[in-house]
Amino acid sequence: MKPLTEIGQLAEHYDLAVVGAGPAGLSAAARASELGLSVLLVDENPAPGGQIYRSITTTPVSDRAVLGQDYWRGLDIVARLKRSAAAYAARCTVWSIAPDVESDGSSFEIGLSLDGRARLITAGQVILATGAQERPFPIPGWTLPGVMTAGAAQIALKSSAIVPKGRTVIAGCGPLLYLLAGQLAAAGAEIVAVLDTTPRRNWPAALGALPDFLRSPYLAKGLRLMVKARRSLRFLGGVTSLTVEGSGQLSAIRFERGGASQSIACDTLLLHQGVIPSVNLSNAAGCAHDFDPVQHCWVPQIDDWLASSVPGIAIAGDGAGIGGAESAALRGEIAALDTARRLGRITIPERDDHAAPVRAALSRTLRGRRFLDLLYKPAAQFLAPIVDDTIICRCEEVTAGQVRDAAKRLGVTGPNQMKAFLRCGMGPCQGRLCGPTVVELIAETRGTTPAEVGYYRLRPPVKPVTLAELASLPQSEAAVKAVVR
Amino acid sequence: MFRPMSDAKSAATLSFSFDGRPLIGRDGDTVAASLLANGVTICRETPVSGAPRAPYCLMGVCFECLVVIDGVGNRQGCMVPLRDGMTIETQHGRRQPEETQG
Amino acid sequence: MSSKSNHTEPDVVVIGGGVVGGAIALGLARSGARVTVLDEGDAAFRASRGNFALVWVQSKGFGMPEYAMWSRRSADDWHGLANILGEETGIDVAHSQPGGFMLCLSQDELGKRVDAMHRLHNQTTLTDFPYEVLDHAETKRRLPDIGKDVVGAIYSPLDGHVNSLKLFRALREATVRRGVDYRPNCPVESITPRDGGFRINGPWGEIATAKVVLAAGLGNARLAPMVGLDAPVKPSKGQIIVTEKTAPFLHNPMVTVRQTDEGGVMIGDSQEDRGFDTVVGQPILSVMAERAVRMFPRLAGLNVVRTWSALRVMSPDGFPIYDQSQSCPGAFVVTCHSGVTLAANHVLTLAPAILSGVLPDAVASFSARRFHV
Repeated sequence: MKPLTEIGQLAEHYDLAVVGAGPAGLSAAARASELGLSVLLVDENPAPGGQIYRSITTTPVSDRAVLGQDYWRGLDIVARLKRSAAAYAARCTVWSIAPDVESDGSSFEIGLSLDGRARLITAGQVILATGAQERPFPIPGWTLPGVMTAGAAQIALKSSAIVPKGRTVIAGCGPLLYLLAGQLAAAGAEIVAVLDTTPRRNWPAALGALPDFLRSPYLAKGLRLMVKARRSLRFLGGVTSLTVEGSGQLSAIRFERGGASQSIACDTLLLHQGVIPSVNLSNAAGCAHDFDPVQHCWVPQIDDWLASSVPGIAIAGDGAGIGGAESAALRGEIAALDTARRLGRITIPERDDHAAPVRAALSRTLRGRRFLDLLYKPAAQFLAPIVDDTIICRCEEVTAGQVRDAAKRLGVTGPNQMKAFLRCGMGPCQGRLCGPTVVELIAETRGTTPAEVGYYRLRPPVKPVTLAELASLPQSEAAVKAVVR
Repeated sequence: MFRPMSDAKSAATLSFSFDGRPLIGRDGDTVAASLLANGVTICRETPVSGAPRAPYCLMGVCFECLVVIDGVGNRQGCMVPLRDGMTIETQHGRRQPEETQG
Repeated sequence: MSSKSNHTEPDVVVIGGGVVGGAIALGLARSGARVTVLDEGDAAFRASRGNFALVWVQSKGFGMPEYAMWSRRSADDWHGLANILGEETGIDVAHSQPGGFMLCLSQDELGKRVDAMHRLHNQTTLTDFPYEVLDHAETKRRLPDIGKDVVGAIYSPLDGHVNSLKLFRALREATVRRGVDYRPNCPVESITPRDGGFRINGPWGEIATAKVVLAAGLGNARLAPMVGLDAPVKPSKGQIIVTEKTAPFLHNPMVTVRQTDEGGVMIGDSQEDRGFDTVVGQPILSVMAERAVRMFPRLAGLNVVRTWSALRVMSPDGFPIYDQSQSCPGAFVVTCHSGVTLAANHVLTLAPAILSGVLPDAVASFSARRFHV
C-alpha cells in the first residue's frame, strides 16, 4: 500500500478509483491491485475500516471483548490492503464524479479535496463503496442536544474509547441496536433502558423468510447479541410514539407502551432504526436508483457484477443495498474482478473462475437477510412522523406538517418541487437526513408509493468544497467563453 | 456528554480551547469527539431559528457538529482531527467570512 | 382548497405551472376567470427552479427597444406585485430594487459593456434609462467588499432581485387560494380546436375550455403548432453555484453574484447551447468560482452547498413571444427567459388582456410573426 498524505501526491490517472475504505472498498482495492491494476483508494476518514471496522488500526479500546470478535476481523481486511500496491489517500473527499470530456467518456474525472486543496484526476473505472448511513429517525425533539444516533455512540466508542456519561436510553429497532447496546454496556455505559420499536405486526411477514434465517450466520450471532443484551439490560418492547422531552436539551424520553404513556429521564438518547445505502455520490454521478420495498430504501440499479447504470461505475458494499460487513467485502471482490475484465486484464472465463467461490460465500452471508429486513422494517409512524410539528429537515428546520400541506394543498408531487418550495434538502447535509422522510410524507399524503414519488436529483459537490478550491481547478477556453460574454 | 472508558489506551494529550476555555484532548480524536469528551453539550446555533444543536451522527453525514476552528466557520467537527493549540468556537448561526485578503 | 370539479368547464386552461404559468393563472384568477393549470411532474425541466432571481433592466433590449421598455415597466410594477403576493399569501418574496451592478474584471470587459450600453441607449430616446459607468474607486466606495481586480462597473438604479423560489411558491399559493384548479402530473399530448374552444388531451384524460394559454416553457415549441401558433424556443444551459449561508454583506445584486435573503451566495451564470443536457460541468464552475472570488475575495473560503444547471427558454432573438393565434382565436402563447423580471407584467397586464381577448399594443412587437418577415 502506498499512503498518500497530500493531494499533490496523487497521480494524474489510475486504472481504478475506489471511493470508501470500508470492507467493500478495501477488498475491491486489494483485489484489483493484486490483478495488476493501478488503484487509488480514497476515503474521508483518518484511518481505514469504514464505519463497521472504524478505527480498527488505531482504536484506543484495549479490551477486545468490548467490541466483539466480528469487529477485529477488520484487521485482516486492512492487512490485505497494506500488502497490496494500491495507493490510499485518507482524509480525502470525493465531491464529484463525471465523465471526462477530454477522453471521450472512456474515463472519469474525479474531483477530490484533501486538507483544503482540490484536485481533478482521472480514472478508467470507478467502484463506489460509500456504504450506508443510519436511516433518519424523525421524532418530536430529535434535534435537541443529548440526542444522537446509536451509530454515533459506536463511532465514539471505537475511535475514542468514550462512552455516554449518565443515564442513557437506546431506542429503535434492528440488529445493530442490540449489538450497540451490548457493546456500550460492556464498555461501562449506564444504559437505563432499551426501547424496542420493532412493530409486532412485522412478524407474520418475516416468518415466511424464517427458514433461510435459521440456516444463516446471522442466527447464531443475532441470538448471542440478543441474549447478552437482554440478560443485562432493561428491554421494553412494543414501544410507539417516541417524543423527546426537554427545553434546549434532552431531559427525558416519553413513549407509549401497552396503551399507557410513560417517560424515562435520561442524559443521552441514542436512536437507531436500521441503515440505508448512502446514495448521494451515486445519485450525483448519474446512476439510476430504484426503491427497494423490502429494505424500504433507495438502492442503485446494479447487475450481477455490481455494475451501475453508468458504464464504468460499479457499486459495492452496503451502498448497493444493505447486506452487512461480510457480504460487503465479497461484493467488493466481485466488482474488482469485473473491473479487471472490463479493462482487459483478465478474460471472462478467468473472471468467472475467480468469482465462483466468492459468489458462493456471498450467497451464504446474504442468507437470512430478508428475514431481518422484514422483521425490522420501521413502523410507519417513524418513517412519516404523525406529529406535524416534528422537524424533518434538520438543516432548514422544515416540519412534517409543512411537507404534508404542500403535498396536499399546493399539489407538490415530488421531493424536487418540495425542495424548491420549502428548502428541505437545501442545507449542508444535502438531503441526507430528510430525503427519505420527505418522500415518505409525500407518498402518504398523496396516497402513492415512495417509488412513484421519486428522490432528490443530487448534484456535485456532494462533500464540502470551497469556492477557492473550485476556482483553483483547470479551466478551458470554451468554459471561459460560456461565462465571460 | 461522554466520558473515557476506564481502561482506554493512553495517548498524547493536546491543548485546545473552546469558546476561550482551555481544554485537554487526546491525540487521535476528532474535534467533535474531543468536545463530547470534555462535556461540551452544544456546538452550534442554527442559522434558521438559532436553536442549539450538538453532534448527531459523528460520521460526516448530518452537519450538526459545525464549529468555528481557528477562525474558519462551518467546519465539520467530526471530520477534523484535533491539533495542539486549536481555537474552537461555537458556530453562531450563519457563517462569518474570514478577513478579506484582496 | 381548489374546486376539483371536472364537470365545470374552466374559462381558461393554462398549460405550464412554473413562474410564467403561475403568474398568468394568478392574473386571470384575479380578473375573475375560472382557471385550470395543467402541469408536469417532479422531474420536469423547470427553469422556475433554476433561475438566478434577478429583476433586471440594464443591458436588456438591444435590437428591440420595446423589450427594454417592457422590462422596465415590469421592474416598476414589481413593487405592486410583491405587495399583492404578500397580501394574498402572507409570503414575503424578498423583492428589492436597490440598483444592480455589472462588475468587470478587465478594461476590455468594461469597454465592451460600455459600448453595448451606448448602442442600447442610442436606439431610441425611449430606452434612455438611467445608468452609470463607474471606475474601481467609485465601485469600491459603493461596494466596499470588491477585490482589486474589479476595474469598474455598470450600475443601474432600476435593477433589483427577489427570492425566486418564494415567488414560485407564492404564485402557487395565491392561485390555489383563489380557486385555481392546479393539476400536477398532467402532461399535454394534444390540443384540438373545436366549437370555438379547445379540447386538451393527455394520459390523464381530457378537458374542454374556451381559452388556452401555452406557458409550458420549452414545451411550447411542440404545443404551439397544434393551435396555429409558433414558438421556436430552444434550451440554453445555464449553471449556478450556491454557497452556504453567510452573514449579510451584499445588499445589491450583481449580474453574476447575489446574496439571497436566506444568506446563501448565488454565482452564475454561464450560457451554453447543449440541447437538453443538464449535467453540471467542472471547467465552467471553476471559471464562475474564480471570477466570483476575484470580485469578492471574502467569498473564497465559503463552502459550495449546491451547483445546478437549468435550461433557459430562448427564442431565436432572445426576446419573449406573446401571441394570440390568428387561426384559432382564444389560444395564446406566453414564453420568455425572464419569467421573474416579467412576472409583474404577466400578472398585472398580460393576463387581464388575455381574458379580454385582445393583447395590448405594448406587446405587439413580441409576436412570433417577427421570425417570418
